[in-house]
Amino acid sequence: MQGANAALNQYDGNLGPVTAEFEVNGTAVCCDCAGVMVLPDSGVLVVSDLHLEKGAAFARRGMMLPPYDTAATLARLAALISRYDPRMVISLGDSFHDRVGSQMLPETYREALKELQQGRDWTWIEGNHDPDRPSGLDGAWVRELHLESLVFRHEPVTGSADGEIAGHLHPAARVVRRCKAVRRACFASDGRRLLMPAFGSTTGGLELRHPAMRGLFDRQQLVAHLLGRERIYSVAFHRMNG
Amino acid sequence: MKTESPPTADQPGFELPEPFVNWFASRGWRPRAHQLELLGETASGRSMLLIAPTGAGKTLAGFLPSLTELAARGKHKPGAAGGRSLHTLYISPLKALAVDIERNLDRPVTEMALPVRIETRTGDTPQSKRARQRTNPPDILLTTPEQVSLLIANAHAEQLFKDLRFVIFDELHSLIASKRGHLLALALARLRQLAPGLRTIGLSATVADPAELQRWLVAQSPDSENQAGLIKVEGGASPIITILETSERIPWSGHSARYAIPDLYEAIKDHTTTLVFVNTRSQAELLFQELWRINDDSLPIALHHGSLDAAQRRKVEAAMGRNELRAVVATSTLDLGIDWGDVDLVVHIGAPKGASRLAQRIGRANHRMDEPSRAILTPSNRFEVLECQAAIDANYIGAQDTPAMGPGALDVLAQHVLGMAAAAPFDADDLYREVISASPYRDLDRNRFSKIIDFVATGGYALRSYERYARIRQRADGLWRISNPQVAQQYRLNIGTIVESPMLNVRMVSRKNGRTASRGGPPLGQVEEYFLEALTQGDTFLFSGKILRFEGIRENECLVSKAWDQDPKVPAYAGGKFPLSTYLADKVRGMIADPSSWGALPDQVSDWLRIQKDVSLLPGRDDLLIETFPRAERFFMVLYPFEGRMAHQTLGMLLTRRLERMRARPLGFVASDYSLAVWCLEDMGAMISEGRLDLGQLFDEDMLGDDLDAWLDESWLLKRTFRYCAVISGLIERRHPGKEKTGRQVTVSADLIYDVLRSHEPDHILLQATRADAASGLLDIHRLGAMLKRIKGHIRHRALDRISPLAVPVMLEIGREPVVGEAHETILAEAAEDLLAEARAGN
Repeated sequence: MQGANAALNQYDGNLGPVTAEFEVNGTAVCCDCAGVMVLPDSGVLVVSDLHLEKGAAFARRGMMLPPYDTAATLARLAALISRYDPRMVISLGDSFHDRVGSQMLPETYREALKELQQGRDWTWIEGNHDPDRPSGLDGAWVRELHLESLVFRHEPVTGSADGEIAGHLHPAARVVRRCKAVRRACFASDGRRLLMPAFGSTTGGLELRHPAMRGLFDRQQLVAHLLGRERIYSVAFHRMNG
Repeated sequence: MKTESPPTADQPGFELPEPFVNWFASRGWRPRAHQLELLGETASGRSMLLIAPTGAGKTLAGFLPSLTELAARGKHKPGAAGGRSLHTLYISPLKALAVDIERNLDRPVTEMALPVRIETRTGDTPQSKRARQRTNPPDILLTTPEQVSLLIANAHAEQLFKDLRFVIFDELHSLIASKRGHLLALALARLRQLAPGLRTIGLSATVADPAELQRWLVAQSPDSENQAGLIKVEGGASPIITILETSERIPWSGHSARYAIPDLYEAIKDHTTTLVFVNTRSQAELLFQELWRINDDSLPIALHHGSLDAAQRRKVEAAMGRNELRAVVATSTLDLGIDWGDVDLVVHIGAPKGASRLAQRIGRANHRMDEPSRAILTPSNRFEVLECQAAIDANYIGAQDTPAMGPGALDVLAQHVLGMAAAAPFDADDLYREVISASPYRDLDRNRFSKIIDFVATGGYALRSYERYARIRQRADGLWRISNPQVAQQYRLNIGTIVESPMLNVRMVSRKNGRTASRGGPPLGQVEEYFLEALTQGDTFLFSGKILRFEGIRENECLVSKAWDQDPKVPAYAGGKFPLSTYLADKVRGMIADPSSWGALPDQVSDWLRIQKDVSLLPGRDDLLIETFPRAERFFMVLYPFEGRMAHQTLGMLLTRRLERMRARPLGFVASDYSLAVWCLEDMGAMISEGRLDLGQLFDEDMLGDDLDAWLDESWLLKRTFRYCAVISGLIERRHPGKEKTGRQVTVSADLIYDVLRSHEPDHILLQATRADAASGLLDIHRLGAMLKRIKGHIRHRALDRISPLAVPVMLEIGREPVVGEAHETILAEAAEDLLAEARAGN
């Protein structure tokens, strides 16, 4: 119950904790209710599944979704980068919603991204939506990255759990209390592996009970850290239904 | 006012051609006056509306003009030049009805050996047959509104419809007030362009305002109001309607009507075939279950509702047609004019909500005009007794209410514009003129129309970043065309205005040694996803007449196994789906206010009102009664507007906001069709008497201004409405079996899109459409506004020291209401507390 202890330390009885702090494979992590994770010891900020230009990707296929998702996602990210001022940012894959996303990125957004990259290291991790190096943008581009006791990759690999930080699945949890159910995006961790929530403004979620999540966690140790409006809610997997 | 009169047809009026005279005679019938009148009027080129009660030979009347004209035309020569075109299009709201009509028409056509080919076309028609119907159309095509939209969006439309003479609309009253009716009105406008000489025939049950339907049937022009002619057949024998007589205690609240089961069973035994109508699926399930529990004679009693598997429904319908059933428990899926032999009793469970709906349902019994129908109303609680009594009075005096027809919806227009581009390149001005000839869109201004075209092309965003991806484009010749063939394909897949709430297939699996077998069981039907949201494995519930054990959700399937429980654990909460109609609400208020009318009510109900009169006040017909009283460390305010659940819910939201500002510290509210209860930490009775709370101010009409706007934007109701608008307008793709996303994913993304759009472009045309829809639909704001106006200066407050008799029903609803907005964070906080508690205990 590392997560719970950390949350308890933060708990002020009123608003509740904005972040959940615990360890994954021995490395301290801090999960923010805005959907990013920070490694306090190394000054790294991790964000996953930005899905930039999702609206445009749909428009290319004839569905004219609002063209404001990229602006909204980047604005939220900019606020967090300015709050934490990280030494390095890791974008954990699916940074763009489709292959041509970075190529066709409108200039204003490209400028905004470049500004965020100023004065810090930036690593793009390859994702299934964006299997190519982002075009016309700075930053390293790798399939996976090892840092402290952690390994960062887009898709979780069944079996090799120790220290894996992954995205891809857009985890969400459904909490039932008093016959009422609430569903939110979440960080999910059993202390060995951690799944990041999707950060993109128009990305959906997949419940932790979904077959795609099978075999990833020790469910006895699994805690979902749900993203609330102003705080994070940590709920043990085995207590989801009360 | 003028009526449409295109060039005259070649038929004489009022006289039936010989084969028809002989045919009527051979069956011992004589043509009815309205049948001949309709024939004569249409022959002289007029479009007509025929209003007649069930059993008046309405359908035959509607088809006589076509049949006689086709008989005179003679056989069509195969391979004749010019290609074939449809002669008559018959459009019904239900595909089952179209199939039924085909059967009914077969007899006269065969017996008179008419050279007429009749076919149906529905969603079930095989692709090969549909293709053939386009190239080699029948004389008469029986179909649904959606199929018409598909046909006019096809490149062959011009050829197919060029000689169209008649369009017959069945059950027109049930169509026109909805978005489905808007889409159909637009399709009709296009049909008029393709076949300028066509005449329309509307068939309808009695309605409050026939003029609306008469306008709907003909082309409107900006400077005059055109109407179709009207033929009205007065109703036959008055139906015999009673309220179920019972010695059982009628409950205060709830919707199960469980108390009435034994009496109901006796009624079924006393009649040949009984139709039992209920308002919701879960009510149907419960009643069916309860009837079988006491069905010692093993009477064949069946169940019919829209969630059941189609094959199962067809089986029930067929058995019904063969008169093999003694009773069918059904929801509104059986509402419309399907003609089923020997029904001699209609039972209605719960309050009928609208008098028109009641009349329609009672029409099912005895499809012969000269015999009175027999119906029993079964109220499920005490307020419903009042409502049933009011409905009985309304039916006898022939009062009818259909929802007023609002302006045509913009999302529907967007869908139609894309369809028209798929059919052929269009000129925007021409299409605008065509669109405003449809009565729901007659007031649409040119500017809005341009916005819709823009929306169809690129989404219509202020940030113009999608120009290069446009779906339709204006070319050098000024005409708008689709950018590529996929756009037309996309349109066809997303047509229609009926957006299902996300549904999951229910599949039976076996459970062995406590483990669930994976697949392979039979499908039982579909269930609304929201119903499953709160279920956990092992919960039992009623479905398809069985008690089932919930095993889990796998992809888009809800897995269940057989349960051996006597009673389902999850109560089938069955609130009314339809709100109490304005007309009936007025009747109910009138009845409560007038003790001399209580004689018609059962003793237990009139006693209830009498005690209310003694300990508090009776709400007056135009008053608003407000009671305040303390109970269990809280202070309650109960009001009795009788304006329907939706309007009350909106009022509850707005009142709690205001009470918050007035420092009454509100905690929650619950709404029923009749009343509304709000509870606070502060003593509102004391606040009112000390002048700290002004009721006039609390209920001022200005609550529909800023408070409403502020609340609306956050409301889940608006999100749900947005999802419908987004799907209908083509912004989001509809889901398709096995192919597209599940409904769940659509829900999620529509919500997120709504949030993004609202914060970046709050005046976007689709958000405007959403707000307009919500105001007239889920929020019932018009009704709430009318009520606030009505009660101004007529608020009567009574401070009580305890709950009043009239307040009991709504107080019993507390705790049963579904979760809304703000409560979400509270639930999460509660769950997070558990983990903290666990951690504290572990330390």
